[in-house]
Amino acid sequence: MTDSSYAKPVPDITADTKPYWDGLKDGRLMLQSCADCGRIRHYPRPVCDACWSMRIAWVAASGRATVHSWTVTHHPFHPGFKPDLPYALATVDLEEGVRLNAQIRGIDPASLRIGLPVRVGFEKATDDFTLPVIVPAG
Amino acid sequence: MSLREKVAVTGVGETEYMRGTDRTALSLQLEASLSAIADAGLSPRDIDAVIPYGAGAVAEDFVTNFGIPDLRFSATTPMGGASAVASIQCAMAAIAAGICNHVLLPLGRTGFSGGRIGARVAQMPQFRTIAEFEMPSGAIAPAQLYAAMARRHMELYGTTSRHLAEVAVTTRRHALMNRNATMTKPITVEDHQNSRLISEPFRLYDCSLESDGAAAVVISAADRARDMNKRPVYVMAVGEGHPDSPSAITQRPDLTRLGVAKAAARVFAQAGVTHADIDVAEIYDCFTYIVICQLEDLGFCKKGEGGPFVMDGNIGLSGRLPVNTHGGLLSQAHMAGMNHIVELVRQLRGEAGAAQVRGAEIGLVTGYGDMGDGSLAIMRRG
Repeated sequence: MTDSSYAKPVPDITADTKPYWDGLKDGRLMLQSCADCGRIRHYPRPVCDACWSMRIAWVAASGRATVHSWTVTHHPFHPGFKPDLPYALATVDLEEGVRLNAQIRGIDPASLRIGLPVRVGFEKATDDFTLPVIVPAG
Repeated sequence: MSLREKVAVTGVGETEYMRGTDRTALSLQLEASLSAIADAGLSPRDIDAVIPYGAGAVAEDFVTNFGIPDLRFSATTPMGGASAVASIQCAMAAIAAGICNHVLLPLGRTGFSGGRIGARVAQMPQFRTIAEFEMPSGAIAPAQLYAAMARRHMELYGTTSRHLAEVAVTTRRHALMNRNATMTKPITVEDHQNSRLISEPFRLYDCSLESDGAAAVVISAADRARDMNKRPVYVMAVGEGHPDSPSAITQRPDLTRLGVAKAAARVFAQAGVTHADIDVAEIYDCFTYIVICQLEDLGFCKKGEGGPFVMDGNIGLSGRLPVNTHGGLLSQAHMAGMNHIVELVRQLRGEAGAAQVRGAEIGLVTGYGDMGDGSLAIMRRG
């Protein structure tokens, strides 16, 4: 069911990426792992860039991460995000070796620094999808 | 086969740059193209190839409007702001292969009056990954995506907002010497530091303009260029480079390394020049930080030293490397870097007016686009 009052951009989910989005809905961060060489890759895509295998195994990430970089946005680039301004987006290194970009929750933007331990959380956007968020390591 | 100096820029043209117009991007591109073709001393019917930017006009539009009798080659180089310089490489390849003689590179947009950047990028196929995985979280515009690169650079190397301000203030000073610049008032470092935050660390004056207008250049076979209207400007070497993880900056192994880093060594080697030979540099400046990062990736200084490099007047007209002598995307107009090519050609012809770098013989122009694609050309006066 689509929430018609939702004013922000929604993901155009494809067959290649659906397990990732299904995982978020279930409160799990699912990453693609190559079923042949084991390399973890992100964002989801059809081919392993190390061995070119198209066989995919999905694995649940631990959710443990550290901050790689960030920005605090003050300008309304999209009307749907205007009520959220200012908001901070953090790029984090997941323990599994790939990165995630998401908004922070419960973290003072002024405390952000490279290497700060954090954790991945989950926030329902609509009945159709859930977004990852970055929360304190706790 | 060496492609060194196989082609030259023989014509350049621009419309008036504006912030507000009723005209279409097509009309603007045709006007700039006619101006460039006239500058080359050609008839529009002499054009036998066209590489449109990919927005506002297609090759068919130029055939239809100019009555081109036999268009032999057309292509697009969809690399965002890296397209204009990359299309020189495409033109060179087509000319060197013997397919065509005079290639038109038009670029025009209604970036101020038409769709704004945040709405535009979501429609571009290069941004598909970002559109699915990052835009829903609020990472909508290039200003936000590139801000994280700048932040990382600042944290690792000590680059400061003061360094960024130097790029903004110097570029504005150059724009004030250019009659076709849309920004007409000087700014100070204090103005920069007091300008509103867009996406930290970027303030308003770290960001390029939204502009209406068009620019075009004509690339010709070198053997024909010798006998044309203006002194030819030879393309010594040109190349493009794509960053690792080009679909998403987030996943890039090194956030502070752009695609142009891969092209720089081979383009300098092919041109047969060193950095000390470069008299003037037109560096793609969608954001102040992107200038600093490119100066490093091009090899003008070491990684991390771009901030100090731009200080002390070094990138001013009488500095060790005059940069963006026309006012750039930051203060002249955002013509996706085609205006940078136009300016380099004028500098090397000695036609740059008040902003002329004395004795400029060899210069460099870059493009930067999408999630870090880069392009680079080195040219010399004929």
